[in-house]
Amino acid sequence: MSFFSKSPWILHYDASSCNGCDIEVLACLTPLYDLERFGVVNTGNPKHADILLITGSVNERNIDIIRNLYRQMPDPKVVVAVGACACSGGIFARAYNIQGGIDKVLPVDVYVPGCAARPESIIDGVVQGIGALEQKRRKSA
Amino acid sequence: MNPIVFGVLFILIAPIFGGLLAGVDRIVSARMQSRVGPPLLQPFYDLGKLLQKEARQVNPIAEPLLLGHLGFMAATGAMLVGGTDLIFVAFVFALAALFLVLAAGSVNSPYSFAGAERELIVLLASEPFFILMLAAICKVTDASSYQGVLSSAVMVAPKLPGILLAFTFVATIKLRKSPFDISTSHHAHQELVSGLTSDMSGRLLAYVELAHWYESAILAALVVLFFNWSVPLGLLAFAVVYGLEVLVDNSTSRAKWQLVLRSTWVVTLLLVGGNVLALFLIK
Repeated sequence: MSFFSKSPWILHYDASSCNGCDIEVLACLTPLYDLERFGVVNTGNPKHADILLITGSVNERNIDIIRNLYRQMPDPKVVVAVGACACSGGIFARAYNIQGGIDKVLPVDVYVPGCAARPESIIDGVVQGIGALEQKRRKSA
Repeated sequence: MNPIVFGVLFILIAPIFGGLLAGVDRIVSARMQSRVGPPLLQPFYDLGKLLQKEARQVNPIAEPLLLGHLGFMAATGAMLVGGTDLIFVAFVFALAALFLVLAAGSVNSPYSFAGAERELIVLLASEPFFILMLAAICKVTDASSYQGVLSSAVMVAPKLPGILLAFTFVATIKLRKSPFDISTSHHAHQELVSGLTSDMSGRLLAYVELAHWYESAILAALVVLFFNWSVPLGLLAFAVVYGLEVLVDNSTSRAKWQLVLRSTWVVTLLLVGGNVLALFLIK
C-alpha cells in the first residue's frame, strides 16, 4: 500500500512572482479551503517535501536556487508550476532578465494556469500532482 | 502479572497511543482555527510515507544515532512501566533525548546545528524537573518502582499539587508545544522550521516521529503516577493536561530560549521546592 497519496508535503517557492499566486497558495491553507484535509503540510524544508510548488518565472538570479531546491528533495518528487508566469513566463516572458517558465529548468509535472491561479485550481493541481507522485513511486519500486 | 510483560506491552501499544494522540491533536488544533483538519489516522499515513521515501544521509552516523534515540525512548517507557528504579528511568529518558541532539549535530547544516543547540537548552531546562519530580514521588510513597507507587496507600496528587502544576508547565517542552518548541517548531512561517530535523529525510524522520509517540506515552504514564489510586483518573488527567497544551500551543507565539530556560527553572524551583518544603513543614 502506498501512503504518498495520503500525505503529500509541499515546499512552496516564490520565484520572481508578483505575490498574487503566493497569496492564493496560502489561501489554500486557510479555513475556507483547508488543504490539510488531504494531509497536505506546508513544510518549508526541501528534505521533507514531496511536491515542489513554484510560483513565478525563472530569472538569472533564482535559476540556481530552483535547481538546488529540487536536487535536495528526496525521491519520489513532483513539480507543480502555479500561475501563468510559472507555466510560460506570463506577461514577463519577454523581459530581459526572464528565461521563461519553470519547465526551462525542471521537469514540470503539473501546470496550473491562471493570473492569479485560483485556490480551487491550485488544489486541483496538487491533487493531480499526488497522482503523478504515485506513478513515479510505482516506476521506482 | 510479571512487570516485564508490562514493559513489552508498552513497546507494542505506545506507538498506537502516541500516533492516535497526534491525530487527535491535529484535528483539535484545526477545529480551534475553524478548519476541518486531517483524518484521525493522518500521523500513521505520514509515518508510512516517510518509510517509503528515499532517505538522504548527509552523515552516515546519523542513522545509528537516531535508532539509538528511538531505541532508548522505547526502553525508557518499557523500563518505567516494567518496574525499574524511577530515578534511573529519568536518566535513560535524558540519554534518549541526547541521541537526538547528537544526530542533529552530526551534520554541517547551520539550521540543524542551531536546532541541536536549542534542544540541548530545553533539555537543560526540563531535566532537573523530571529528576526532582520522580525523587519527590518516590519520597512520599516510599516506593522506587512504578508498580510500587501504584500500589502505595499514599495518594500522590493531594500531597504534590505543586509538582503536578509544574509538570503541566514543563510538559510543554516534552510535548513540543509552543511557546517552548524552540527546537522543533512545525510552523512553516518560522525562521527555523524544525531546525533539529532539517537534514533528516525519509525513514530518518520517521524514527524521530515514532520516538516522539513513545515520548507522549511516557508522559501519559508519568501523569498516572500522580493519580496512583486510579489509573483511569490518571489518563483522564493526562487528557486534560494535553488539551491545555493544545490550547496554549494555538494561542501563544514562540518564546526566546532565555525565557524558556529561566521560566522553567523558576517554576521548578518555586513549585517543586515549595511543595517539598511544605511537606516537611506540615508534617
